[in-house]
Amino acid sequence: MGATVDRPHRSRAATSEVRLVHVGGHRSSVREMRQSAGDTAILNGELGEGARLALELVVAAGESMGADELLDINGAHIDGCLYHGVAGLDFARRLADAGGVVVVPTTLNVASIDLLHPNLYRGDADTARRARQLMEAYVEMGCRPTWTCAPYQLADRPALGDQVAWGESNAIVFANSVLGARTNRYGDFLDICCALTGRAPAVDLHTDDGRRATMALDVEVPDSWLDEDLFYVGLGIVLGRVAGTRVATITGLDSRADEDRLKALGAAAASSGAVAMFHVEGITPESATLASAPIERRTRVDTSSIASALRGLTGDTTELGAVSVGTPHASVAELRTLASLMDGMRSVVPFYVNTSRDVVAEVPSAIAVIERFGGTVVTDTCTYITPIIGEVTGAVMTNSGKWAYYAPGNLGVEVALGSLPDCVESAVAGKVVVSGLLS
Amino acid sequence: MRALVAGRASGDLVVLGEGLSLWGGYEPSTGRVVDRRHPQYGESLAGKIVYMPHGRGSSSSSSVLAEAMRIGTAPAGLVLGEQDSILVIGSLVGRLLYGIQCPIYVGDLTELGEGVVRLGEP
Repeated sequence: MGATVDRPHRSRAATSEVRLVHVGGHRSSVREMRQSAGDTAILNGELGEGARLALELVVAAGESMGADELLDINGAHIDGCLYHGVAGLDFARRLADAGGVVVVPTTLNVASIDLLHPNLYRGDADTARRARQLMEAYVEMGCRPTWTCAPYQLADRPALGDQVAWGESNAIVFANSVLGARTNRYGDFLDICCALTGRAPAVDLHTDDGRRATMALDVEVPDSWLDEDLFYVGLGIVLGRVAGTRVATITGLDSRADEDRLKALGAAAASSGAVAMFHVEGITPESATLASAPIERRTRVDTSSIASALRGLTGDTTELGAVSVGTPHASVAELRTLASLMDGMRSVVPFYVNTSRDVVAEVPSAIAVIERFGGTVVTDTCTYITPIIGEVTGAVMTNSGKWAYYAPGNLGVEVALGSLPDCVESAVAGKVVVSGLLS
Repeated sequence: MRALVAGRASGDLVVLGEGLSLWGGYEPSTGRVVDRRHPQYGESLAGKIVYMPHGRGSSSSSSVLAEAMRIGTAPAGLVLGEQDSILVIGSLVGRLLYGIQCPIYVGDLTELGEGVVRLGEP
């Protein structure tokens, strides 16, 4: 939103035009940005008031990021459908009432209500009503009701090099790191604005330069640790703390770092820090091409740093109140593993399994085993963001670094961390049982 | 200091020792830090000028900031060590919907001094 006269040295493309845009009636920042003819048309209201308002916000955000221009995206994932209060609903209604419709394929993140199992919700009726209205507003704007924090587990996920605008911190880090798709950290509001316009600021992780690692984590642990799921959780916590917002490359891992483990790693890193991308040498798709920038800092990660990160996520009680797994949403492979661990057993505490409705539809037999075990399958939402788990005495056990990180603040519960087999064994025993790295 | 969301604000300075994810870490109903691992756990940020070295965590923090602005429990203004578009968009939407300001600047802690801090003064 800058004046046109104060940067005489900038060359402009013939189709570009610089306009002064006012968001909410105030000049919002100090940079100017090149606009394509399409941008100008949208800002002139040719795609309607919803798109015009959305592009104003994209431009304002882009200017704050130091972007010189916007780029086209071919997909979006919306985090704004999770209810955090009246402001989010007011904003979605403002866009939907202004005729906003997404112009790229757009998936929806977890929301506050499990529409397939609505009776699981234990919160107040007013919040539930507004949370549903929020979900409806996003569907009204043309988003797919996928309701998952793991859109990378859907069949039509982005490919290497795709430019997308994704919200949800764990999805962002997975898209960049594991898929090689390109997204910045889109917050609520900006995500839908990008989807309504098909445009995003051309900066940072959308560019080659922004994707290069500037620091390295050198993993030096016994080989057997690479077989432990929780090792990747601990590594993620360490990565988030050391990297903050920077792109790191991780050395010392091998093909045992599969998608589910990288999911856990990224989700933990995006909880303890603001990590939006990492490389794993020899594993992730851009590690060979983009990991080789000058490394400013190397950090050695050893058994004590991993163990200390894991201990920081877990209490010392053995009393067990409930179990919750599947944060981020459990994959097909994780549900099959769970079913094989649970087969013929019975939980004596509430056992929640968070996953997506699409994944549930793929593995009905595993779902049946989980339910015979006494498990409750939660779709469309997650147990740490909405009131589903009732009053518990004792810890809630989880295999998720992200759940362990946020649940104490969100739910006021004590957390016990354990592997997936630990979680099942504990549920059967009725007390916290841990093995491996935490024993 | 560089304006990310220009505007005037003043208030007591609160320096956060670490980045804070507003989502999961800040309660709009009270204006307090609820992340138990955060050095400023329990402190109220409502009406304060808050210095944050960098953003952190959830991309839902935009919603939480806008909601806090609606309720009146948001910081008066933010100074960030590094730019953070998630907070910027929350502030812009709060202003768009409710006409409330929460200016955001990028700057160094040493530029702020102590006690009451004013942002956006000429």
